[in-house]
Amino acid sequence: MSGILNSSIGRKFAMALSAFFLMIFLVQHFAINLLSVCNSETFNEVSHFMGTNWLIQYVMQPILLIGVLFHFIMGFVLEIKNKGARKISYVKNNGNANSTWMSRNMIYSGLFILIFLVIHFLDFWFPEINIKYIQGDTSGLIDPNNAESGLRYYEELQHKFVPVWRVALYCIGFVFLSLHLLHGFSSAFQSVGANNKYTKGLRGFGKAYAILIPLGFIIIALFHHFNQ
Amino acid sequence: MNLTLKIWRQKNANDKGKLVDYPVSDISPDMSFLEMLDVLNEDLINKGEEPIAFDHDCREGICGMCSLYINGEAHGPDRGVTTCQLHMRMFKDGDTIFIEPFRAAAFPVIKDLIVDRTSFDRIQHAGGFISVNTSGNTIDANAIPVNKHDADTAFDAATCIGCGACVASCKNSSAMLFVSAKVSQFALLPQGQVEATDRVLNMVKQMDEEGFGNCTNTGACEVECPKGISLESIARMNREYLKASLKG
Ligand code: HEM
Ligand code: SF4
Ligand code: FES
Repeated sequence: MSGILNSSIGRKFAMALSAFFLMIFLVQHFAINLLSVCNSETFNEVSHFMGTNWLIQYVMQPILLIGVLFHFIMGFVLEIKNKGARKISYVKNNGNANSTWMSRNMIYSGLFILIFLVIHFLDFWFPEINIKYIQGDTSGLIDPNNAESGLRYYEELQHKFVPVWRVALYCIGFVFLSLHLLHGFSSAFQSVGANNKYTKGLRGFGKAYAILIPLGFIIIALFHHFNQ
Repeated sequence: MNLTLKIWRQKNANDKGKLVDYPVSDISPDMSFLEMLDVLNEDLINKGEEPIAFDHDCREGICGMCSLYINGEAHGPDRGVTTCQLHMRMFKDGDTIFIEPFRAAAFPVIKDLIVDRTSFDRIQHAGGFISVNTSGNTIDANAIPVNKHDADTAFDAATCIGCGACVASCKNSSAMLFVSAKVSQFALLPQGQVEATDRVLNMVKQMDEEGFGNCTNTGACEVECPKGISLESIARMNREYLKASLKG
């Protein structure tokens, strides 16, 4: 078991595990976002629960952060190693003849996701950490001194999606996420050694996941932009 | 057919190398790609020029010696064939054809279109074998029952001729398809079980040390492989490797 991350297969196995975690997280994130469209009160309550529950905050949140960090750092490590494995490139290379654009450009779709994530963290995560852990206000209220003021989450969300530039940026981010997952979903199964009679069906499911989940996020962002 | 060939010329391993244009005429569509190069070479020799160095041996798709990256694809545009089985009818009169050596840090160019693929031999030496007692007590392989499906799959894996097209086609120059074929052909058979753990660990270690890249599962290797080795082999090797890592 020692030094599994020193082997090519071990690195890809770890990459796939972090990716599985991210893909499961994505569904959970999507489900909560969907609530913001359906019912603002439930959305507020669930957001407050997620933001104050100790298991989510002190166990799941650090795991997620480590997962994201690990995934993109390992992505860069793999890319550097792979580039080094061919020092002189072909004058003429017909990549489209044997593989998809998505599979050959995971590092670029990943880079755009990373840019999106930085902005997304600046938009939501840092302000949230600031209010709760620096200012010490865990009430979740619009006005912490007024219990009647109601929970703040839905209002903050609506406010964020006013500027066109941010909505556009989120949409582009999700297009790249879709491209990343169009290859990544089935690739992760192959990396952990799962290629069998279920693979064909899984590929179909993966394509649906890779299109529908990001599309759903886009629709939710647009909904809030136009429903101010 | 009249064609323009753009061929990689490189005097030796240290030379920088460059593409050189060669017009060829009166090529029959029934010729193989290598026969077409023979015609060009004869021409060059008659003119007192250095002929183009390229690898070949059996010329019937079984030895794995021929290589060549033709118009951006290993073994050219046809499927399920080696360069020696590629026919000129796959091209059109007037075409320009790029001919480059297989590119990978682990396959350095020796001369022109010839690359050094001994890194594959070293991977084989690291574990691509079974140890059999041949001192007179050898047990007939057929005496051990093997499930038909496993036997067929092992045979399919064993058809890999070690040409290196998988490495050449992979954007990462990964050797996973080759190594997984060599691991699979034993992993599926009872005779391969005794050394299974060491085999996969050692072969993958050697593969990494030779400087081949990691697998991104693009599937380019599977499409370009002349012997139809599939990604299922790679998944099998991943399982074998992870299992072996937990053991040893
Ligand atoms: C944060 C920025 C990200 C970067 C820089 C990044 C980079 C990469 C790279 C380079 C690969 C290919 C590795 C290889 O096979 O050579 C990859 C694979 C993958 N990524 Fe990402 N990624 C990012 C975010 C994400 C996110 C948010 C998800 C899912 C929600 C995700 C899911 C996947 C999946 C499923 C794979 C396939 C794993 C495999 O082949 O085993 N990635 N990523
Ligand atoms: S797996 Fe296919 S492409 Fe790779 S070396 Fe074997 S025969 Fe050649
Ligand atoms: S020369 Fe033997 S396979 Fe082509």
